[in-house]
Amino acid sequence: MNRASSLSLWRERLFATPSTGLVSIALGVLIAWIAVPLIRWALIDANWVGSTRADCTGGGACWVFIRARFGQFMYGLYPLDQRWRVDIAGILALAGVLAVVFAPRRLRLKLALVMLVVLPPLGIWLLSGGFGLSYIETRDWGGLMLTLFISIYSALIAIPLGILFALGRQSELRIVRLISVIFIEFWRGVPIIAVIFLASLLLPLILPGGIGIDRLARAVIGLGFVIAAYMAEAVRGGLQALPRGQREAATALGLNYWKATGLIILPQALRISLPAMTNEFIALIKNTTLVLVVSILDLLGIAQASLADPNWVGMTMEAYAFSGAIYWLICFALSRWSRALEKKRRL
Amino acid sequence: MAKALALINDKRVRDWLYQIGLIVLLVGLTVFFVRNASENMVKAGIASGFDFLWRTSGIEVPFVLTSYTQADNILSLFWVGVANTMLVTVIAIVLATLLGFAVGIARLSSHWLLSTIAGAYIEFVRNIPLLFFVLFWYFGVIAALPQPRQSIGLFGVAFLNNRGITIPLPDQPGNFRWAALAILISWAGYWLVSAWARRRKEATGQDAPLLAIGLALIVAVPALALAWASLATAWDIPVLRGFNYRGGFVVIPEFVALLAALVTYTAGFIAEIVRGGIESVAKGQTEAAAALGLRPRRILSLVVIPQALRVMTPPLTNQYLNVLKNSSFGAAIAYPDVVSLFMGSALNNTGQAIEIIAMTLAVYLVIGLAVSALMNWYNARIALVTR
Repeated sequence: MNRASSLSLWRERLFATPSTGLVSIALGVLIAWIAVPLIRWALIDANWVGSTRADCTGGGACWVFIRARFGQFMYGLYPLDQRWRVDIAGILALAGVLAVVFAPRRLRLKLALVMLVVLPPLGIWLLSGGFGLSYIETRDWGGLMLTLFISIYSALIAIPLGILFALGRQSELRIVRLISVIFIEFWRGVPIIAVIFLASLLLPLILPGGIGIDRLARAVIGLGFVIAAYMAEAVRGGLQALPRGQREAATALGLNYWKATGLIILPQALRISLPAMTNEFIALIKNTTLVLVVSILDLLGIAQASLADPNWVGMTMEAYAFSGAIYWLICFALSRWSRALEKKRRL
Repeated sequence: MAKALALINDKRVRDWLYQIGLIVLLVGLTVFFVRNASENMVKAGIASGFDFLWRTSGIEVPFVLTSYTQADNILSLFWVGVANTMLVTVIAIVLATLLGFAVGIARLSSHWLLSTIAGAYIEFVRNIPLLFFVLFWYFGVIAALPQPRQSIGLFGVAFLNNRGITIPLPDQPGNFRWAALAILISWAGYWLVSAWARRRKEATGQDAPLLAIGLALIVAVPALALAWASLATAWDIPVLRGFNYRGGFVVIPEFVALLAALVTYTAGFIAEIVRGGIESVAKGQTEAAAALGLRPRRILSLVVIPQALRVMTPPLTNQYLNVLKNSSFGAAIAYPDVVSLFMGSALNNTGQAIEIIAMTLAVYLVIGLAVSALMNWYNARIALVTR
């Protein structure tokens, strides 16, 4: 496109009629009013190098602070010399996902199931220790690593449970249906913050005396149950989208309920509900921040806690900008992926 | 034996066996949990039951709509929490709906820059945790506001500073009660008139001047009533004395931060619902209406909006319920809602975990069910009637 035509495109977009032009000018002023100081603060007047607060002389953002605390934002209080364990757990998880995605189609499902059985306990062992690795208590975990840990492990509880309750809600057995509906509506009807309090207070109370349960595990279980209810509704959408004939045909072939469900119904229903399930997963990542109320410091919690550091007084905006950007990138990437899946399905 | 086998192979019998098994399992689990809980509670020396509700609370609350003081009992504290939850929820729903509709319509605007800005806003807020907004508004924005002495004045009667917003308070709230009653009566009157007009239209085809009547009853009467109530009362206007404002009513920073967070966040979701709803109305509908000779404004109000509302109502209901549940995020900045007052302070003081958790969850379930029922009723009223 040459210069003249791109100019005329802009003129057409912004100044087609006098009233359009007026709105454009007003919006332009608004953007300049917000963006100019923002860019000055974040880039032009910002300080990038140094090691202490005294190095921040520009008057803009003090990114030195983020550099100095970067390790905490990622790993929380995880011991410095053990952080390689977190890295390996992350690399293994990523390698597992990539292996499943790039495996030949006929091996994909089997490989996924193997990964699902092998990886989660491996991850917990790597992170918390035992069998040759030194113990690291969950209260030292934190930052982005903890955000991802809670999201993934809650999803591991939520997805199977959600599928089960979605099937239960569609079941022809009346009592199974009733129990599923009550479960789903209960967890969807109460605030997640109340569930996290509930899990942290009630779980130790209802287990036999003497069985301690880690407070991070309590939060993960609580979140898992809530998200399971939302996942169930997402899966229900997929189940409802399948024509009745699918199950009838499977039954006619002589498959029993579980075989028909596992081989015919679920693979199709899950493919349909994958975008909706991804959206629930995004909501889950955003809601992990609520563990802050039981003093578990995920990424947002670490950002919040870093404000109390006397060496770095007044770094509020920097801490929020950095943690907010990470949340935004993760959620935005996932939501784009979910939208792409949806488009592919529609074609 | 053969008979028993035949029974097992009967699908109906088998189904019942499954279900009975499930019930036995659930009852067993419940009994197990309850027994553990009662044993653990005896060990910890906590008596079960709701007697603790009549104990003096001793908890001071910075933001009270009722006549509660810390000498009142714990049940009154509970109602303070419920009232604070309801207050922030209702105001947030109204403001988020207004902002959400504005952003959603801007997103659909033919003005390229306007719709891009609206789109950027939606993508920005939808992909960041709500708690982030709550903390940001509280510690980032409101904490950064000037001290009371350098307050930002709003029309010289309300003052914004880092301790919240100080607003004038009427001396005689009685006037406002009368005004509220007058408003309710005039709205009910409009409802009756419009029902009568609809019936007459169906019977005779004659239009009633509904617009004029509506303006008078829905806008003019309430405006006059409120004007009378505010003019006929003396106002307690906040005045700077020493380091802080005296008089008026202080809206605490926690309320302002939570409200701002709920509104800005929820508006992003409502905007998408509005966009989806309007886009779902087939273009042919607008064209057909135009072909019938309807003017653009009539097309919008008679053809597009009624059909868009039908698509928008169920997801809007979900968003309203989310606002109710999300108002509990205030617990993170100690806004005295039902979660932080009851599940936080009262539970710490009494240790009655099970009763307090049950009551708090019941609040959300009951209000949630009521809102669902109301919106379902509305939904059924506007739903497509197929004959």
